Amino acid sequence: MAEFHEISPNASAGAKTLNWIDNRFPLSALFKAHMSEYYAPKNFNVWYVFGVLSLLVLVIQIVTGIFLVMHYKPDAALAFGSVEYIMRDVPWGWMIRYMHSTGASAFFVVVYLHMFRGLMYGSYRKPRELVWLFGCGIFLALMAEAFMGYLLPWGQMSYWGAQVIVNLFSAIPFIGPDLALLIRGDFVVGDATLNRFFSFHVIAVPLVLLGLVVAHIIALHEVGSNNPDGVEIKADKDANGIPRDGIPFHPYYSVHDIFAVSVFLFVFTAIVFFAPEMGGYFLEYNNFIPADPFQTPLHIAPVWYFTPFYSLLRAVTTELMYVLMACVVLAAALSLLKGRMPAVFKAVIGGGAVVVLAMMLSIDAKFWGVVAMGGGVVILFFLPWLDNSPVKSIRYRPDWHKYFYAVFVVDFLILGYLGTLPPSPLFSRVAQVGTLFYFAFFLLMPWWSRIGTFKPVPSRVTYTAH
Amino acid sequence: MTTMGLTKKILSSVLLACALGTSALANVGGPAWDKAPNRINDMGALQNGAKLFVNYCLNCHSAAFMRYTRLTDLGLTQEQIKSNLLLTDAKIGETMKAAIDPKQAKAWFGNTPPDLTVIARSRAGANGTGADYLYTYMRTFYRDEAKQTGWNNLVFPNVAMPHALWELQGSRRAVFEEVEVHGQKVHEFKGFEQITPGTMTPAQYDSAVADLVNYMQWMAEPVQTSRKTVGVWVLAFLALLSVLTWKLNKAYWKDVR
Repeated sequence: MAEFHEISPNASAGAKTLNWIDNRFPLSALFKAHMSEYYAPKNFNVWYVFGVLSLLVLVIQIVTGIFLVMHYKPDAALAFGSVEYIMRDVPWGWMIRYMHSTGASAFFVVVYLHMFRGLMYGSYRKPRELVWLFGCGIFLALMAEAFMGYLLPWGQMSYWGAQVIVNLFSAIPFIGPDLALLIRGDFVVGDATLNRFFSFHVIAVPLVLLGLVVAHIIALHEVGSNNPDGVEIKADKDANGIPRDGIPFHPYYSVHDIFAVSVFLFVFTAIVFFAPEMGGYFLEYNNFIPADPFQTPLHIAPVWYFTPFYSLLRAVTTELMYVLMACVVLAAALSLLKGRMPAVFKAVIGGGAVVVLAMMLSIDAKFWGVVAMGGGVVILFFLPWLDNSPVKSIRYRPDWHKYFYAVFVVDFLILGYLGTLPPSPLFSRVAQVGTLFYFAFFLLMPWWSRIGTFKPVPSRVTYTAH
Repeated sequence: MTTMGLTKKILSSVLLACALGTSALANVGGPAWDKAPNRINDMGALQNGAKLFVNYCLNCHSAAFMRYTRLTDLGLTQEQIKSNLLLTDAKIGETMKAAIDPKQAKAWFGNTPPDLTVIARSRAGANGTGADYLYTYMRTFYRDEAKQTGWNNLVFPNVAMPHALWELQGSRRAVFEEVEVHGQKVHEFKGFEQITPGTMTPAQYDSAVADLVNYMQWMAEPVQTSRKTVGVWVLAFLALLSVLTWKLNKAYWKDVR
């Protein structure tokens, strides 16, 4: 606890006020710790703006959300009409609504880019594992938030999207049907579902999201930011204990981020005012038809940000199960033959493989599709322990690692695109190959990330003055 | 390879994926839609469309989120709306209800006629805008004695709605020809034949439908023209702000070595 600090009676009113506050709340100390004396590496590139942009979009979503809730009616009979009321009769309601709907998509754009930055520069490696884990938690909460928010306009896609996704839970053996019932609060998606999703969307999940964001930033400021070179700037400090390659976050990165925010807002508002539907990707055309429980749309597609994971779900068919079983057998055989470990471990692996195979044979492929979709997200949590590369940053990895990352990005985009389309024989096959690659990329990472000729990592960051 | 190289590589992959995407989108089927003339800024056309809408559509359909007063956005006065466009006993501040009782409508047509407020937004798709769909739909009704209503439609086969504008267009029959495609016999549409003339020439009819669908496009989002006007100012401001913040950023970073 800080000493009570007396200030000269001749000090300015501002200094007196600040002193009064600082004696009761660590305002200056917090500002120093997180802004003016928080040293960030000076070699950040454009990839480093997406964190602050995520924060900006979060604020946009909360503020616009507050105003939408003032006019929205969470009632199956009134919800669709209340959204149109906001679009037509509430002054500037259309702008608030378009900001919120565009904000949902923008959130995923900046978060996906933010995560990819982490992947490229190894930002999840020691000692930043918890930063990454909190971040993955944010991503998961964001998906829940977006999914439940999408039901609220009560259009056909809202309704049937929720119906399809909640029904997935009923594929879980034993507890599935009851779990789905618990989520819906009814036997089909209905008024009860709308009310609980509304409650989760405006209170529960945002609280979790905010808590995780605070934890993410506290953890980050504790360990300090990574950088495109993957060099620990804290390893080289000057006489005052300040990292030689560090620069105070404020004012250097605050002015940097204000510029990034201006450019982002330019793109964001261009969409809000000129293309709020974004060709049916941000606002699906079918969602302008009120929800009708008796009329299933021909093609039910989730919004674009869920489609890569939706593709993983659809890819797991009875056919693909045989391929997956072959993979399990191969993995078990390899670890038994090649692995150097005690006989007990080998017995556990062999026994485990037999149990998994038995489950794969006895439980419907639909369930394994759900496992693939969930696993596609959950596997991200393990990244810090899957990556065995001796260097953090992609810059000092073998060239073929870069190509491999590029293929992963293309694979993710293809899965995302295919997830928006109705299933067809050719595209389903492509999605299956894409799914296998997606999981191979992560599950085989402990092996491939060690291989190749790594380049020497410099002791200082590479920086050229602008 | 530097990070810029990687960024470029990823960008080119994204572009490639987009290129693949558009070519795949082009394959999404259904009969082609005619392009509706764009008259969204033509107040005369929109007013004429509104007149057609209240006269022909509102008998059976509602536009339950569209207030009559909003028609003032089309340059009409409250008096003009009251005397020319308010055909039911509704007040001018109320929304557009159907003249027909929805229960009767369901009994007659087998379906409750859908609300039309945002129909133009909901019908957009890979083949074109919602206006394109409606423009094609209202111009491809034909006589079909096999149907209960006596009418059928090219883009909406077995449609429950009879041709509401038949007096204007007259009645036509569709000529189909049996052709072989990939070894399968299919009926290919060859063209329409006029049976009885309407009160309008085909060109007049097309123009009237264009006015109607432009009105429906406008009604689906009355703010669509003014939001673009606001957008220009907002973008101009943000462009200026970006320049200033870029200068600010540069000023701070110029001494960092």
